[in-house]
Amino acid sequence: MSDPRAPIISMRNVSKFFDDFQALRDVNLDVRLGERVVICGPSGSGKSTLIRCINRLEAHETGEIIVDGTVLTDNPKNLDKIRGNVGMVFQQFNLFPHLTVIDNLTLGPRRVLGLSDADAKARAMKYLERVQIPDQADKFPRQLSGGQQQRVAIARSLCMEPRILLFDEPTSALDPEMIAEVLEVMTELAASGMTMIVVTHEMGFARRVADTMVFMDKGEIVEIGAPEDVFTAPKSKRFGTFLQQILNH
Amino acid sequence: MKRLTICAALMLLAGCSGNWGWYVVDPTTPKGLINLKFMLNGMYYTILLSVTAISISVVVGLLVALPGLSPKKGWRRFNRTYVEIVRAVPILVLILWVYYGLPTLTGITLNVFWAGVLALALSDSAFQAEIFRAGIQSVAKGQYEASQSISLSYRDTMRFVILPQAIRRILPALGNQLVYMMKMSSLVSVIGMQELTRKANELIVSEYRPLEIYTVLVLEYLVLILIVSAGVRWVERRLQASEI
Ligand SMILES: Nc1ncnc2c1ncn2[C@@H]1O[C@H](COP(=O)(O)OP(=O)(O)OP(=O)(O)O)[C@@H](O)[C@H]1O
Ligand SMILES: [Mg+2]
Repeated sequence: MSDPRAPIISMRNVSKFFDDFQALRDVNLDVRLGERVVICGPSGSGKSTLIRCINRLEAHETGEIIVDGTVLTDNPKNLDKIRGNVGMVFQQFNLFPHLTVIDNLTLGPRRVLGLSDADAKARAMKYLERVQIPDQADKFPRQLSGGQQQRVAIARSLCMEPRILLFDEPTSALDPEMIAEVLEVMTELAASGMTMIVVTHEMGFARRVADTMVFMDKGEIVEIGAPEDVFTAPKSKRFGTFLQQILNH
Repeated sequence: MKRLTICAALMLLAGCSGNWGWYVVDPTTPKGLINLKFMLNGMYYTILLSVTAISISVVVGLLVALPGLSPKKGWRRFNRTYVEIVRAVPILVLILWVYYGLPTLTGITLNVFWAGVLALALSDSAFQAEIFRAGIQSVAKGQYEASQSISLSYRDTMRFVILPQAIRRILPALGNQLVYMMKMSSLVSVIGMQELTRKANELIVSEYRPLEIYTVLVLEYLVLILIVSAGVRWVERRLQASEI
């Protein structure tokens, strides 16, 4: 914390196995406060696994992950501290279907942060306005479009006021006409200085927003660099081929 | 086939017509009314027994189901052992054992009502545990992950996220268990519980009219259970209207 240029997330030689299958191979990644990292790569390359290790939805086997000065272990105290700092947005939204939008948003602030009902509600409304759907507060998730649901999910994460937000393919489950509204909210978040790690194949968004582009394949970080560099002159052949495939799609 | 059934039914009615003695439960006669009231009095304990027992078995069932979902093998083994053992004992045997055996073993004597409640609840809790386990397992993994990502504790995750969704899904099964419990409560009559079946048996001893009295008994259970089923369906509809 003393050195503002010190990484807020630091992954050192991180490996992760599912039984015999190695999903992450010696991953090294530093993310600075306020940095926007976009991760892309073919299916099964370990993108989800990598970001899920950061808030320990998956436990890594070897290596070290340090988030905001706290080493990630099973120690519940450390874990709570890290999860309090790290929000996550899922491909399938994962909203709580039996709760209204406002109750989805206030659950964490009330139960985890100990806010009063009124304060939690005020905070929820603030973030619903930020994602531009304050008028949907009393609806149930199923009554909303996919794009609206994903924006509620983003607002739910924001209500915990994390310093870091992880996104796992936030627009992959959406109809094309709704992708833009979600990317717009994310772009606005990036502009506000939020530290973000985004797994996505939206290359337009990556070019506009990313400070750092990461390309993964077979559990490894194959290429990493500023988007203007890696897009114009990919160093590895695999990334070149991948880009061609995506752009021709 | 159909004609055969109708023939048989008609023959039965004709053959029996001379033997029906509805006077024993005819509410227009003073004696019949007293008898009918005597029988209906059992309704109170049948309902109280079933509802008390199921309230306890739901809680015990949930407490047994949770270790069954644990990643730790020892906890899961506890769940399996409990379910397998309790499920294997016939309810009637359990009732007799709790009422006659337990006092000798522990020195605690339960009255008929609480012995009945304990036996019924114990027996039902194994089924409740299986129902809850299946219901909780049917909630998508993403719901746990979303809860973890906002640092919700295990207790709060269960209480506010998982169980409300699971209970909506298992409500039909819980309704079935309540109906089942009401029928099984008739077995508690063997230790002298004054519920519907016991009342019927006692009346038969003095009136010698088993056909009519047992027919009324069948109707009592039928009406009770139809009302309960309708109530369960009503609750289901209301919960469904409010989500998913
Ligand atoms: N729980 C699990 N158990 C076993 N194997 C898993 C598990 N989760 C992921 N894997 C495997 O690990 C590898 C990496 O998975 P991961 O989900 O991280 O890939 P991804 O890059 O996110 O792919 P996609 O683009 O399809 O989402 C895959 O081969 C996958 O089959
Ligand atoms: Mg993935």
